[in-house]
Amino acid sequence: MAIGLLGRKVGMTQIYEESGTVIPVTVIEAGPCDVLQVRTQDRDGYEAVQLGYLDRPRRLARRSERGHVAKIESKRSKRRAAAGIELLPKPDCEPKRFIREFRGPIDGVEVGQQVAVDSLAEVGSVDVTGTSKGRGFSGAMKRHNFAGQRASHGVKKCHRHLGGTGCSAYPSRLFKGKKMPGQYGAARTTVRNLKVVRVDTDKNLLVLRGAIPGPNGGVVMIRETNKL
Amino acid sequence: MSQELLDYVQSGSLKTEAPQFEIGDTVDVHTRIMEGDKERIQVFSGTVIARSGAGTSEMFTVRRIVQGEGVERKFPLHSPRIATVEVKRHGVVRRAKLYFLRDRVGKAVRLKERRMDTKKK
Repeated sequence: MAIGLLGRKVGMTQIYEESGTVIPVTVIEAGPCDVLQVRTQDRDGYEAVQLGYLDRPRRLARRSERGHVAKIESKRSKRRAAAGIELLPKPDCEPKRFIREFRGPIDGVEVGQQVAVDSLAEVGSVDVTGTSKGRGFSGAMKRHNFAGQRASHGVKKCHRHLGGTGCSAYPSRLFKGKKMPGQYGAARTTVRNLKVVRVDTDKNLLVLRGAIPGPNGGVVMIRETNKL
Repeated sequence: MSQELLDYVQSGSLKTEAPQFEIGDTVDVHTRIMEGDKERIQVFSGTVIARSGAGTSEMFTVRRIVQGEGVERKFPLHSPRIATVEVKRHGVVRRAKLYFLRDRVGKAVRLKERRMDTKKK
């Protein structure tokens, strides 16, 4: 079971199979990631692996970010050491820009270990989680695929309206969850069961069949699929 | 940088020796067709009237007249199904898209031939 990986969407393109079939693919620059923490059942109540992706320059990293990846002396740490509290293991790497947790079994995973794309080489399909492109305040046609109204036949100034929203005297209110215009996009989105087409360990590239959420350059979480 | 990575992924699917032809050329396009288990080559000949796209998604359009009816087929340039593109004749053209040929009938469809030796200095 692969832990998972963090990456950046590079963009989409198409490649040919030998039979001449075109496959639409998304290219992701994935990893290498450092294991920053391991959550255990005893201490945290759940099992997960915390990964960090891309370095943040030390001059820009806050003290807490630097202290997260390496040991920093402070009054508090000295007091805790004096009281006999053991410090969590630190990976001793550069401060990271993106830190995410991946739930799952933690057997054999150690803090400071590096995870790269080759961990996904044996995986057939993956789930990709990212932040979808923001579309702002959108109408019902774009947001919920409503049909809108006719272009002619007496429709006046409401060609893209959502139409009726419910009954009248009874129930005299709107039902909860009624689909209406509102903020669309810029939300956490997962696309499941994307086939791994190619894994390039030299350039840390992961090539998947199909589209993934977010703009080019957006950070995504890649996990082994949980869809059977 | 990201475009370089996309080019790198594409590079495996590009033909190393892409067919050479120009807009206005009369060509024979040899396509591989699977009939059951057997592979057969089908030829479509006509005039190249357009090229579009780049990289693996590059396409070209070939137009011909069949029984008085104009027929256009669009081929993916780098598809393994395209065996060869044979140039039969070069045409003299001054634009990249020859869509004006669609409005022409009969003799007006013809393009003036460009001799290769006159092109060289």
